[in-house]
Amino acid sequence: MADMTQRTEFDPLATGGKGRQRRARLTVYGLLGLFAAIYLMPAVIIFLNTLRPLEEIVRQGFISWPGSMSLHHWSEAWSSFCIGGTCEGVSRYFTNSLLMAVPATALSTALGLVNGYVLSKWRFRGDAWVFGVITLGVFLPAQMTLLPWAFVLGKLGLSNTISGLVLVHTVQGVSFTTLFCRNYFLNVPDDLIKAARIDGAGFWRIFRRIILPLSPPILIVTVIWQFTGIWNEFLFGTVFTSGANQPITSAIVAFSGSGTGERHYNVEAASVIMAALPPLFIYLVGGKYFVRGLTQGAVK
Amino acid sequence: MPPERASVPIYRRLAGMTPQMVLVPTILASVIYVVLFSLWTIWISLSQSTLLPDMTYSGFDAYFTLWQSKRWTVAFTNLFVFGTLYVLGALAMGTLLAILIDQRVRFEAFWRTIFLYPLAVSFIVTGTVWRWIFHPQTGVELALKDLGWIGAKFDWISDRDMALYVVVFTAIWHASGFAMALILAGLRSVDSDLIKAAQIDGASMPRIYRRVVLPTIWPIFVAVAVVLLQFAIKTYDLVVALTQGGPGVATTVPAIVVYDLMFQRGQIAEGAAAAVMILLGLVCVLIPYGLWSSWRQRKEGGKHG
Amino acid sequence: MSTLEINDLRKSFGAVEVLKNINLSARSGEFVALVGPSGCGKSTLLSMIAGLESVSSGEIRIDGHLVNDEAPKDRDIAMVFQSYALYPTMSVRQNMTFGMECRGIAKSEQEREIQRVATMLQITPLLDRKPGQLSGGQRQRVAMGRALVRDPKMFLFDEPLSNLDAKLRIEMRSEIKKLHQNVGKTTIYVTHDQIEAMTLATRIAVMNKGVLQQYDTPDEIYRRPANMFVAGFMGSPTMNFLNATVVQGRMLRLEGAEGVLLPLPENAEVADGRSVVLGVRPEHFSPLVARRSVRKGLKSVPIRAFIEMLEPTGAETILMGRVAGQQVVLTCEPDEAPTENVEAEFEIDMDRVCLFDPDTQVRL
Repeated sequence: MADMTQRTEFDPLATGGKGRQRRARLTVYGLLGLFAAIYLMPAVIIFLNTLRPLEEIVRQGFISWPGSMSLHHWSEAWSSFCIGGTCEGVSRYFTNSLLMAVPATALSTALGLVNGYVLSKWRFRGDAWVFGVITLGVFLPAQMTLLPWAFVLGKLGLSNTISGLVLVHTVQGVSFTTLFCRNYFLNVPDDLIKAARIDGAGFWRIFRRIILPLSPPILIVTVIWQFTGIWNEFLFGTVFTSGANQPITSAIVAFSGSGTGERHYNVEAASVIMAALPPLFIYLVGGKYFVRGLTQGAVK
Repeated sequence: MPPERASVPIYRRLAGMTPQMVLVPTILASVIYVVLFSLWTIWISLSQSTLLPDMTYSGFDAYFTLWQSKRWTVAFTNLFVFGTLYVLGALAMGTLLAILIDQRVRFEAFWRTIFLYPLAVSFIVTGTVWRWIFHPQTGVELALKDLGWIGAKFDWISDRDMALYVVVFTAIWHASGFAMALILAGLRSVDSDLIKAAQIDGASMPRIYRRVVLPTIWPIFVAVAVVLLQFAIKTYDLVVALTQGGPGVATTVPAIVVYDLMFQRGQIAEGAAAAVMILLGLVCVLIPYGLWSSWRQRKEGGKHG
Repeated sequence: MSTLEINDLRKSFGAVEVLKNINLSARSGEFVALVGPSGCGKSTLLSMIAGLESVSSGEIRIDGHLVNDEAPKDRDIAMVFQSYALYPTMSVRQNMTFGMECRGIAKSEQEREIQRVATMLQITPLLDRKPGQLSGGQRQRVAMGRALVRDPKMFLFDEPLSNLDAKLRIEMRSEIKKLHQNVGKTTIYVTHDQIEAMTLATRIAVMNKGVLQQYDTPDEIYRRPANMFVAGFMGSPTMNFLNATVVQGRMLRLEGAEGVLLPLPENAEVADGRSVVLGVRPEHFSPLVARRSVRKGLKSVPIRAFIEMLEPTGAETILMGRVAGQQVVLTCEPDEAPTENVEAEFEIDMDRVCLFDPDTQVRL
């Protein structure tokens, strides 16, 4: 599917009489503004509450303009907030998530690139079957794999470790990355590969010199997609790890899910924003590629 | 095979196998992951396992127990209600936003970024934040009271009859940007000559969208609906963070039942049976869609060839 | 300098046999054109020579050496693709040196080769550009440059001109011809354009449905096509096929209402009463008024043709009409052309006609 390029020849708002135009424009921007407010509201509310003193939140709730503000809760959330018995803040879980998401993204993307290259450019008998089995992994619900994974991770001595989560996410992620990369490489002309073979290049040289230099668009899409997905994942993290080894999503549920004890809403809000920041940052920086990945992932 | 084939040196034949060799790890992993793990879970669901795996065959006992449990039937009904409202809601909202943005508005990227950002945020964060907003002790109700409306009451999240709609609302907030992005891409792919022709025919903009543009991109609606249905069937994190399936079992969905049976109640076989049911649900959505889209491709291919 | 020999070559994809028993040989320095309609197997044959497709049976020899199972890089060939297949991420210079780089040739040598070829093709100013910044003609030159730098044994061209516009195509055609005359490498050139084949090749291989129909010099192919397919494929407008019967020993009677009688060509050996197909090229009709046969001292016979439509192309005029009720296409000089819907007299140059067997379609 094409990118969302502007249609230049056609401007529906520029048709009809002046008055009608103005009214139409007002309606469109009015509605857009209203919806934008609804979409942005939670983010604004949560951000403001990281700055407010606790007793003010308890008294007035989340939806209220801050009386006084302080950045103090951010540092508390990062380094000294108590979650599940340990008082190291979310920094620990943030690091866990990084240690999980970065290697798993790198591994699954690297494998996906090579797999996609083979499955699109080095056709062999039965390649359609191989591709089929690999892509089935995209649709397999996680619930079907929980018990086997628990057993396998136990046998490998990876229960309750970040490495175990890296393994799980890599295996699951390869399905996605292979699908993305193969579909992208199908658009690379076969003649390039033939020309390179006649020039004397082998399997790996063609990959390095022809395919990799053409890959940045799909590479960015895949990395964004994988990193966001793995960072935001919750079920595997919660089933296969516990306590101090959990990724940040599980940690958030751990402190906010239980209704017992005194709540530190402002610190919790700051922690929640920290958990959301890495994918949001990637989304804001690479928005174009994020949308491209979405369209590819959904329609293929 | 001609005789000269046999004389190919082994090293050269091995070199010719490089592409296949490279795939071996992935094939192994995928076969284990997709085939073996699925069979394994299915097998557990047919066994007598409870807290620990016990591979004695016991037929479909676990499935009977599952379908007799109130929790599961409620979860299943919830999924139907939630899935339907969620898919329709996200599609409607996505279409509306896409059409608004399609009016050649200024700062298009800005609007798009706002509507799509929830998708980059995890279900856990989404659920946590909206729980605070919906919760009577921290959210809207308290704010209204604070404004002076002492009798204000907004406690859907803790109301058995309304809690599910809170989940639906939050899920739509999360996914409508996704629908918008895909539908917008579809709108942009419509031949602009078509719209010009309709304008010359004297159709108003709403009519052009209703009669000309949207009908030409209906396959995109099907594709988006299928993806959303998939999300709906797999929904887990959002409910955990938002309502934990409560109050009571009011917002419990199948994925939550699976987790509880497997890891809280020590009913592995029953949990596996529930997981298999989720898989079946996905199969019921994806196989018809796959068949339909390949049929459509063949038809289109035939038209052009 | 090197030779190419292809013996009993076959290729099948599953149950479909796309090449059937091809025998072909090219002498050193020869320019062989593989020509035929799309799907005739010519590109598959080229890919097999290049080593990009495996051989089902038979043999391919370069310089007498069996290369069936050799990888493309070991065959020492160069190829120019229809899509040019320039590496989009590399500069023109890198595109041209990539082959030498793969073979571990020293940088200084690479640079020398680049300079030589770039000068020859006049692409020196383009060396640091990316393929995306080049025009179609420039890409075509770079693709040829990439083939030339390694000084390979043999050049393979896969419809290299078909992506160019008409004017550029003719320019590049003569450049390829010049290049071949200068470099003198054995060249195999696939095209579906019979004019390209006629103008460039020293020998033409005409293929249809995986079978080699005829392999001969352009002149022989044009004058003495092996069968009706070759006769019809080579030449434009295409050759006229008229149904006729041999009568009175030395005469041909055209089938149709009027039953026109023509003398048999001198060397034809056909039995009385036999049906044949008479093949006459459009330019071998000439208006009687032009007196071409008298001027050129040709042996010709006059016939009457009813002209239904004229298509002037400028240099010549194409006439569509009927002879003895059978559809014919003729060409003549514009000032000699009759008007539409008249019956005009033409001479047929009987020394140039061909006779075919109507069943086997082979030339008699």
